[in-house]
Amino acid sequence: MSAFLETRELRKYYAIKGGVFKRKLGDVKAVDGVSIRIFEGESFGLVGESGCGKTTFGKTVIRLLEPTAGGIYFNASPEVMEEIEQLESSNKNPQRLKALRKQFDLSTFKGRKLKPIRRMMQVVYQDPTTSLNPRMLVKDIVGEPLMVQKLAKGVERRQRVTEILRKVGLTERHLYRYPHEFSGGQRQRIAIARALVTNPRFVVLDEPTSSVDVSVRAQLLNLFQELQKDMGLTYLFVSHDLSVVECISDRVGVMYLGKVVELAPTAGLYREPLHPYAQALFSSIPIPDPTKRRRRAPLKGEVPSPINPPLGCRFNPRCDKAMEICRREEPLLVDVEKGHFVACHLVRG
Amino acid sequence: MSENVLDLKNLIVRFYTYEGIVEALDEVNLNLRKGETLGLVGETGCGKSVTGLSVLVLVPPPGKIEGGKAVLQTEKGNIDLLNQDEANLRDIRGEDVSMIFQDPRSALNPVYTAEDQVAEVFLQHRLKQLCNAVLDKLERETQDGGSLKKLANRYEKWIFQKMLKNPKSLSLRVLSKIPIARRYQRRLKEETRKEVIRVLGAMKIPDPERVADMYPHELSGGMAQRVVIAIALGCNPRLLLADEPTTNLDVTIQAQILELIRELREKFESSILYVTHDLGVIAELCDRVAVMYAGNVCEIADVTDIFKNPLHPYTQALLESIPRPGKEFKSIEGEVPSLINPPVGCRFNPRCPKATQLCSQMKPKLVEVEKDHFAMCHLYPGGSK
Amino acid sequence: MGQRLREFKSGMEPTIHELRFMWSRVVENPLSILGFAILAFFVLIAVLAPMMAPPQGPDPYIIPRGSQFDEPSGISATHPFGTTEGQYDIYYGVIWGTRTAFRIGIWVVGASLIISIAIGCISGYYGGVIDELMMRFTDIILAFPGLILAMALVVALGRGLDTVLLALVLVGWPGYTRVVRAEILRVKSEDYVEAAKAVGCSDLRVIVRHILPNSIYPIVIMASLDIGAIVLSAAALSFLGIGAPEGYADWGYMISLSQTWITNLKYWHTFTIPGIFIATFVLGWNLLGDAFRDVLDPTLRRR
Repeated sequence: MSAFLETRELRKYYAIKGGVFKRKLGDVKAVDGVSIRIFEGESFGLVGESGCGKTTFGKTVIRLLEPTAGGIYFNASPEVMEEIEQLESSNKNPQRLKALRKQFDLSTFKGRKLKPIRRMMQVVYQDPTTSLNPRMLVKDIVGEPLMVQKLAKGVERRQRVTEILRKVGLTERHLYRYPHEFSGGQRQRIAIARALVTNPRFVVLDEPTSSVDVSVRAQLLNLFQELQKDMGLTYLFVSHDLSVVECISDRVGVMYLGKVVELAPTAGLYREPLHPYAQALFSSIPIPDPTKRRRRAPLKGEVPSPINPPLGCRFNPRCDKAMEICRREEPLLVDVEKGHFVACHLVRG
Repeated sequence: MSENVLDLKNLIVRFYTYEGIVEALDEVNLNLRKGETLGLVGETGCGKSVTGLSVLVLVPPPGKIEGGKAVLQTEKGNIDLLNQDEANLRDIRGEDVSMIFQDPRSALNPVYTAEDQVAEVFLQHRLKQLCNAVLDKLERETQDGGSLKKLANRYEKWIFQKMLKNPKSLSLRVLSKIPIARRYQRRLKEETRKEVIRVLGAMKIPDPERVADMYPHELSGGMAQRVVIAIALGCNPRLLLADEPTTNLDVTIQAQILELIRELREKFESSILYVTHDLGVIAELCDRVAVMYAGNVCEIADVTDIFKNPLHPYTQALLESIPRPGKEFKSIEGEVPSLINPPVGCRFNPRCPKATQLCSQMKPKLVEVEKDHFAMCHLYPGGSK
Repeated sequence: MGQRLREFKSGMEPTIHELRFMWSRVVENPLSILGFAILAFFVLIAVLAPMMAPPQGPDPYIIPRGSQFDEPSGISATHPFGTTEGQYDIYYGVIWGTRTAFRIGIWVVGASLIISIAIGCISGYYGGVIDELMMRFTDIILAFPGLILAMALVVALGRGLDTVLLALVLVGWPGYTRVVRAEILRVKSEDYVEAAKAVGCSDLRVIVRHILPNSIYPIVIMASLDIGAIVLSAAALSFLGIGAPEGYADWGYMISLSQTWITNLKYWHTFTIPGIFIATFVLGWNLLGDAFRDVLDPTLRRR
């Protein structure tokens, strides 16, 4: 099955400039070589802690940020992807590769070419208080994508805005209001309406439930599932809240320091994580059940700086199972069993 | 009730805003027993943070504490915090009651080092011990050095004895501004630094000497929170208020901090009022739990009872709304009400699946329904006794 | 926190509610009421000038002269505030001087705002080399003491009120530009700006519709505080003799006429009365600016 969205060795570095002439001192390697496939109609969860690069990845994939290297392929046919793979590994026909890239690789798109992409790929931010312009009325916030993409005017636009507001659980009464008059949950719905008003295919949800209460969280999760079925959406659900991701995702990827260390279908991953970091991560979640209190020692140390990630496997300084090879060689993400990928020297396929 | 470290009775707090008067806390009743960790859980706007701030009488304007009592058990007996003047409150804050806040980075002053900020607590509350320590050291050095040193020694002894008697005396204040005369402060700083390093080490901060000299922006979230906890626990207060201290931290760092809190409370025998919205943390850390909704405490019980046998419909709905894989997501109908015109009677009644006529007319009272399990709901009218 | 939403029937009502809230904040503070009152008073004078002091010549801004005597005269029936040197009627002068003051203040600040917003937006939004160049250029202008540079410009370009306006604009815009740029930099990194780009908004639309409305307030405050200062600068230039032309109804000019009489208490009205007008005018704007700042300060807003 071909991937709806495929990234190949995607990298996003932020240059650090310093000194009198602002020379480049180094790079913050926020995303450092991520190759994953997301399939149409699925909910792909991406988890990790702060600094792991998951938000950067989400924003780069929809071209809010410009990638430093690597490719992003959106809805390319399997034949095209095969050809690109062959060309990349054999290095035989660089012109053909370049032409294909110009056509299909989002990372080569610039300026006006990106505008139609914006219709197809949207984002919902974490904090609805800062993601909505406090000086715009709801009808303008939700209507702006239609205006900018020239999809609807006048009465038709108002109808589409009202329609999408209804889908997210708001009504016409809410058109003439400012965002600060709503509760957190409602603001997030407005943000969702804005993201979905152009009927996109792919939506990046960047921690959309982290800023709202537990009871509202359930409402929003229900909404996400309904909308996915109703509008045929594919989600990339970025979050640090492992329990929420468990409930809504079909497959989950775990990121650490710019790389994906484990990727698997949700049930399998949560039942038995294979990568030591994933294991530590999952055992750190507090469970809302006092009879199940864990006494496992928490993961020691702190996340190292993404400017100079450790040599070899990035997790090795904190890993209590680290071997000699872990300090020298970076493990590859390999399929160890039926779609369960791990990047660890301890686990071999 | 003499084993209660903190007893909140009928606490009323109102916020006077342009849109109207917000009835933030509506006769809140809570008690915290010695050595226990009480979790205060609720959603946004329920008033849990305001409750914590009220204990320290730090409710920001336009809020006003308008009624009730906050009785704290101290060595000098039980005192009502809401009835004290500022000077007494200053003595109590940091010494008997401390607070740790949600965002460590904003709880620390960005222009002072960690050492300076932790030292502040010691200088405020442990000045006598520090002076005595300095005086001891000066005694040992009395015979060292030449005549100049001996003179300096005598001068510093005089200063510190004065400080012991009256730290706020005019002469001390004047001398602390004069360039050479204020060198005595170095001695004080030395002793204080020792204490600071000791406390930072107790927080399991690796390499405390180095961390003490760092500024808050150089510290990671977890490290900063440890410094905040060091400030709070420096003088070993009997009551610690924690307002969502781990909400902004990563899961693995949160686990470290929770582990730290567990160790420290054993070591220091502190009583903790832990405010959070995360039911998982409550289950991991707390002995008893109080559930708040819209300015009222609607249920208090032992942590196992709350999760196994929630009595109040809100608690039940809250527990059911925790997302569980494979199961449908259950949310609570409706929205948290505006506290400017809160619902009449029980504030939860518009959203309560078990509401009756009575609920929208009369506000229920917090009664003991089962042993040590209180609920505020008309379903349990007089409690079963 | 959830709030019961008011029923709004049209698009204007939420804006009106917001404005009413701001007005109530303004009215809370007695000093800001004073500021408003002072300015309302001056606006009234400016509007009613033709009625209060009917012009007596082709150009209403030229103060009529009682006679050709040089020495001023005291308060009398024909000259309610007396006359200054050259027998210019002070009453007429201060009344029409109000119009001049408003003209100067609003033109200079208005033009400075337009230039600074344009440059500040481009500089702040695009950054890079453009930003560096523009900022160094503004640095150069800011390095000169403002009034002295203005004086030099006026002398070079020729005396007159219009030149004064031009000079003050040229000297004033860099200050605003820095504030505009700082605000733009702050707002630029907000999520909703990025969201607007994610939707496909052009740069122009992002700046005009998203960034500017959210960054305009500090500039409004600065502008209103500045009008007073500008009027003072213009008065200073007129006092030095390089501003308003001879006989012009301008407060600064009138004080310059009484240079020789400042130490002579017999003719205190020649400089005190125009002086009071200047001081009160500036005070009114300053209080207004303070009021704006209190109202528009985001940390004090109840949101």
